[in-house]
Amino acid sequence: MIARLLLIVVTGIGLAACAQDRVVLLPNPDGSSSGAVAVLDAESGAEQAVISESNTEAKLGGGSVKTATLGAEAVGERYGGLIEGLPKAPSLYTLYFKEGTAEVTDASRLELATLLAEVNERSGAEVQVTGHTDTVGKAEDNDALSIRRAEEVAAMLVRVGLSEDLIVTAGRGERELVVETADSVDEPRNRRVVVTVR
Amino acid sequence: MKTDILTRSFLRVLVLAFLVLGSITTSAFAADIGRIKKAKGPAFVERAGERISAEPGLPIETHDVLVTEAGGRIAVTFADNSRYSVGPKSRISLDSFEFDTTSHKGVFETSVESGTVAIISGQIAKKTPDAMKVRTPTSILGVRGTRFVVEVGQ
Repeated sequence: MIARLLLIVVTGIGLAACAQDRVVLLPNPDGSSSGAVAVLDAESGAEQAVISESNTEAKLGGGSVKTATLGAEAVGERYGGLIEGLPKAPSLYTLYFKEGTAEVTDASRLELATLLAEVNERSGAEVQVTGHTDTVGKAEDNDALSIRRAEEVAAMLVRVGLSEDLIVTAGRGERELVVETADSVDEPRNRRVVVTVR
Repeated sequence: MKTDILTRSFLRVLVLAFLVLGSITTSAFAADIGRIKKAKGPAFVERAGERISAEPGLPIETHDVLVTEAGGRIAVTFADNSRYSVGPKSRISLDSFEFDTTSHKGVFETSVESGTVAIISGQIAKKTPDAMKVRTPTSILGVRGTRFVVEVGQ
């Protein structure tokens, strides 16, 4: 009897807590649609609903998923502070090299100065150095080459004063071409290192 | 004979050095999945039963729980460029995070135990739809490259 009463009370609390669970889709800063969120059943993983319209909410729990349009104003009122609290978007700096060397071009040297200033300004800053190659050579060799390029730039950043603890390196090989080319095409604009300041 | 022993022990030291170095770099990579960018108290990171005060620059690890009390806030940017803003009176558990910086394949699972979080998804969700999941007490959200807020019963 007591156990049954307890069960009812616990279920009641559970339902009360669930009643307000929701997901609200936000627009991109320019107002455009940012993508979609699928609501899946916690047990089976079955898709219950997909929301893809900005400023729309889906109420979660209780079997069915109810969606409703809130409008930009209501979303701003309810979640303005939360949205404002998001970290600043990462900044990307692309560095190019003098042909066949690990020495950055004169234009990239200027980029480098801006980059260092930003690392000092950002709260809790960290830096990811990502190497990219063109499509000359085998894909695996390009993975290795892109990491080597990233490590060279990371070492250079440490020489000009960045703390080693803030830097991670990565190589994307030929997966992210700036200029789409066929395989085995020598393209200087694809041979680059991108520094992400987060 | 003597040189043989010397060579062998030298090799042993070398192997040991590689093992130690290897394990250090691996654990450094595995541990650090993001960093706190902004924090306003009372705000904490719960790690292995201990409460660490949330401060800008603090590295975040898998299984950390982001905890805020009334008036508290935490902002985190993760290794795949996902961004979180945790509102007051919240418990956000970072259940799993795996990210391959070369292929961009990965898994990112978060549980919103209570409170609110605004999320901008990053490279994991961009590469593989639904690889980023957010759990609430009743549902699982599959993220398909987007910005959204999750609120759990306050």
